[in-house]
Amino acid sequence: MGEGRKVSEFFGQVVAWLTDPANWSGSRGVPGLLRAHVGLTVAALAAACVLSLPLAVYLGHRHRGGLLAISVVNIGRALPSFGVIGVMFPITLAFALIRSPLGYWATLVAMVVLAMPPMFVNAYTGVSAADPALVEAARGMGMTESQTLRRVELPLALPLVMAGIRTAAVAVVATVTLGAWVGYNTLGTYIFVGFAQQDDVMVFVGGLAVAILAVLTEVGLGGVERMTAWGPARRRRSVD
Amino acid sequence: MIRLHEVGKMFPGAAAPAVDRLSLDIEEGELVTLVGPSGCGKTTTLKMINRLIEPSTGVIEVGGRDVTSLEPHVLRRGIGYVIQQVGLFPHRTVRENIGTVPGLIGWDEPRISQRVDELAELVGLDQELLDRYPTELSGGQQQRVGVARALGADPPVLLMDEPFGAVDPIVRARLQGEFLDLQRRLDKTVVFVTHDIDEAVMLGDRTAILNVGGILEQYDTPERILAAPANEFVASFLGSERGLRRLGLRPVSSVTPVQGPVIDISADVSTAHDVMQRHGVEWVGLTDGGRLLGWVPMSEIGDDLATARPRPFLVTLTPTDSLRRALDAVVTGHAQMAVVVDEGVYQGMIDVAKIAAEITG
Amino acid sequence: MTLAQERPTIDFGWIADNLDEIAEATLDHLTLTAIAVTAGLVLSVALSLVALRWRGTYAPITWFTGVLYTIPSIALFTFLVPIFGLRSILTAEIALVSYTLLILIRNIVAGIRGVPAGVVEASRGLGMTTRRIFTDVQVPLALPAIVAGVRVAAVTTIGLVTLTVLVGQGGYGVFILRGIRRQFLTEALVGTLGSVILAVVVDTALVRLQRVVSPWARAGR
Repeated sequence: MGEGRKVSEFFGQVVAWLTDPANWSGSRGVPGLLRAHVGLTVAALAAACVLSLPLAVYLGHRHRGGLLAISVVNIGRALPSFGVIGVMFPITLAFALIRSPLGYWATLVAMVVLAMPPMFVNAYTGVSAADPALVEAARGMGMTESQTLRRVELPLALPLVMAGIRTAAVAVVATVTLGAWVGYNTLGTYIFVGFAQQDDVMVFVGGLAVAILAVLTEVGLGGVERMTAWGPARRRRSVD
Repeated sequence: MIRLHEVGKMFPGAAAPAVDRLSLDIEEGELVTLVGPSGCGKTTTLKMINRLIEPSTGVIEVGGRDVTSLEPHVLRRGIGYVIQQVGLFPHRTVRENIGTVPGLIGWDEPRISQRVDELAELVGLDQELLDRYPTELSGGQQQRVGVARALGADPPVLLMDEPFGAVDPIVRARLQGEFLDLQRRLDKTVVFVTHDIDEAVMLGDRTAILNVGGILEQYDTPERILAAPANEFVASFLGSERGLRRLGLRPVSSVTPVQGPVIDISADVSTAHDVMQRHGVEWVGLTDGGRLLGWVPMSEIGDDLATARPRPFLVTLTPTDSLRRALDAVVTGHAQMAVVVDEGVYQGMIDVAKIAAEITG
Repeated sequence: MTLAQERPTIDFGWIADNLDEIAEATLDHLTLTAIAVTAGLVLSVALSLVALRWRGTYAPITWFTGVLYTIPSIALFTFLVPIFGLRSILTAEIALVSYTLLILIRNIVAGIRGVPAGVVEASRGLGMTTRRIFTDVQVPLALPAIVAGVRVAAVTTIGLVTLTVLVGQGGYGVFILRGIRRQFLTEALVGTLGSVILAVVVDTALVRLQRVVSPWARAGR
């Protein structure tokens, strides 16, 4: 602990911060920042779903684009979200229409880019890996292509699709934090401001809030995922 | 060579023993097959011999020595072991796989290399395959490598756990034949586990039939087991084709063939007609000084047999063929008889009656 | 913050003028990554050995490393700052290492457990000792899976290292953060692409390594 501060003293300050009503109201209060944090997360996830799932399901159904799926994941993993935000920030600023609120669009684009690869690869794998014998049986019973997809492949793929959404959601809810560095106020604002003001109590509170949110997202969506599981209700491991 | 005395195995948590007080003596150079339904403890028994499974009770001796007197890994280096999955090391070349045990016991490189070449030759493996990885080999080739690897340090004893169970029937038949040849040359003491009664009686000098719970129901030569099953269990395990299976073990030479409608080419045409009439057939077989030429239909017999153009018999038997094959030849041929030829020389014919007499007699 | 109004363009002149700094950042980025992955691997091997030796420990180990994996690195930074200080390399490295553990342990354990049972049984039957089976059979056969885990860990870490600028470390994050502060596209782009290129180069090198350590994996079929 810096300057010989005791652990108890530090946590005392944390508790004091948390119980100060001033920190629970206004745009810099916990509820306001939480709303902005979760709002952008949900928007990014929704956009990523729309952009990635239909294509992934189609390609998975046709058993095409396996190489694309692998490449998407690898590039996605190598692309640093902080960098994407940094690149998008000056670009979005140049366009008056998407300039405000400050940093929103740059962060949103980066979060969509972050969310798409795990969603895409899990949906693709789930659909393309559906037991060929079941698919053949479905066709053999006279199902059309779209019936085969809707009644057999998609239900079988659903747990994996959900696993992809969970992976993406956990990553996004953690990374939206960085929006604070381009002026979009999220829970990361506490960390950003705290670093700037050398206020490690505020930094800690920000980190704690983000960590709790990430764990809750993981656990909550894990529960949803279990509900979609067919057969023995075991959680499927996300492909990415 | 191998002696099991009152051996039992009780797995933790199991209600009944997997093997119960089993005693078995296996002579040196003998190939003993262990056969029985699933749950009969045949594999457990096998694995107790090289201590992959430790017996709960009883004593097992190999070469007069209690197996527990050696460290398990030392014991195992002196006992060849072949399993159904083969278990070749995918990260090592065929050569390195075969040289595993010699390497473990510290042979030097030239000696190992020489031994590997020897073993490859022995099991019929091309030299060029030696530097490949196992995944580049066919199932049959992999199984040969498995056998060669088990023979690495020339162990006197070989344990085999359904070694040919994972290959297709045609390859399996070939591997079984090759293995019998190999065993005739090597004279190892072999314990061979199988669930296939045909394989058990075909390969075994003696066969042990085990019942669920590792109970020995009968231990005898396949011939005697098929002729006289010890009890109801053995009889039902041998199945309704027991008689046929016995035929599989008997050579054609065990029956005395009849002359049949076959005459020498120097005979008169009238003799030919006599013979056909006597046998009630419309063809005659021709030999030339003992050598079988073929057969001629009545309609093509002119004034002189020497001008006839004999057609070859589609199926001929040799004295070493099994009676089961003979029966097959008889019932599928239209002559209801099968011709026996020993290196081109006509021996006679056998018919269904001759074969049936062998089963019932 | 003053807002840039002119159209963002790539300023190649800036890149040419700052090649030295870019090279230095590359080295810093690589060093931070190498330390994290190496330390992560050492820890993971140790934890995997525990999980393999005592099967019951696998679930708690993956649970714990799973929690570490779920906690965002930036949150971990904030927990470590009060302990080690804002500019300490330990703050950065501990967060990076804790992110690699789950990936590596899963791959190591799955790799070892994935060795075909028949191969292990044959090794025992041929008279190999348990230790020898582990070093000569199980580990070589698990290497492709282990290297695959290292690849994922390395690529992920390279991306995360861009964040360590927030706790005072170097690497490409320096360009990204400065690019944001000055709304200077070129600098942010250099930081981002530098990180991606580094990830691709390291991944390619590890693929090479994978082929060297398992020449047999490409043979046949």
